[in-house]
Amino acid sequence: MTDDPASQDPELLRRLLRAKDRMDAASHERWPVRRLARVSGVSEAHFARSFKQAFGVPPHRYLLTRRIERATALLRDTDLSVTEIAFHTGWESLGTFGRTFRDVTGESPSAIRSCARAAAHELDCVPACILRAAHRPDLATAVSEKRRRVAVGINRSEHKEVR
Amino acid sequence: MSQGVEVVGLYVRDQDEALAFYVEQIGFRVHTDVRNGDYRWLTVQHPDQPSFQLGLFSPGPPVLDAVTAQTLRAIVAKGAMPPLVLTVDDCRAAYERMRARGVEFTQEPVERYGAVDAGFRDPSGNGWKMIQARR
Repeated sequence: MTDDPASQDPELLRRLLRAKDRMDAASHERWPVRRLARVSGVSEAHFARSFKQAFGVPPHRYLLTRRIERATALLRDTDLSVTEIAFHTGWESLGTFGRTFRDVTGESPSAIRSCARAAAHELDCVPACILRAAHRPDLATAVSEKRRRVAVGINRSEHKEVR
Repeated sequence: MSQGVEVVGLYVRDQDEALAFYVEQIGFRVHTDVRNGDYRWLTVQHPDQPSFQLGLFSPGPPVLDAVTAQTLRAIVAKGAMPPLVLTVDDCRAAYERMRARGVEFTQEPVERYGAVDAGFRDPSGNGWKMIQARR
C-alpha cells in the first residue's frame, strides 16, 4: 500500500469514516484504539495507520480537535463555567484542558469566550452544524510538537491573530 | 416556474444500493432511470418537490477514467463531499421513522435556538443534515 489516499479501498474508507463520525457524535467519551477499530471492523494494528492515511491526522489528535471545537462552541454559546466545560467535553482535569486549549488555539478559554461572543452575531445565516466544522481548530502538528516550538520561540500560530 | 436548478447530482458507489436507500429508507421517489450501455441516468426526487431532481451517479466509464473514478469513490467514502440539507417539518419524528428503516445517523436530533437538526449518511458516505426550521 502506498501513502496515496486514493489508493485506499473505498469500502475501508467508508468504515473508517464511521469511526470518525462516532468520535464527532460523542467526542467527550473515551475512544481507545480498540473501540475505534471495532467500529471500523479493522484490526487495532491497522486502524491508526489507516485512519491517518485517510484523514491526515492520527485518530486521537482528531478527537482533540473535536473536543476543543466543542469547548469553543460552549464558551461562546453558553454560560457554563470553564470547569464545567472541561468536564463536559471529555477532559479529566481542568489543568490539562486549559493547557491543551492554549496549546491548540493560542488563547486561554476565557479569552476565546470574550472574543467569540463579540464576533458571533455576524454568522447567524449559516447552519450551526456547518459553522462548527468551519471553526474546527487546525491541528496539523501534535500538541507536544506545538509546545516544543513555543519553547524555542518559532511558533507562528495564525490563531494568535484572532484577538 | 420554468427557470431554475433542475438536477443536482451525487456520486454514489452503487446505484442500486443508492436507489434503495433514497426511495425505501428516505422516502424519495424515482424520477428517471434510463440506461445506455454502461451508463445509467438515475434521478430521484422529494415527493413535495416536483421541480427538483437529485441525481445518483456512479463515477466511472464512459464518463470518467478508472483512476479519476477511484479517486472520487475514495473522496465520497471519506465523507469529503459538500454538505446536503434536507428540510423537514418534524426532525425528531423523521429521525425515528428513518432510523427504524435502518438509516445510519451520525447525529441525533439536537435543538439549537429553536431549530432542530440531525445528521445522517447514505451508504456511499454522502452526509446530510436534516433540519427543522425555527417556527
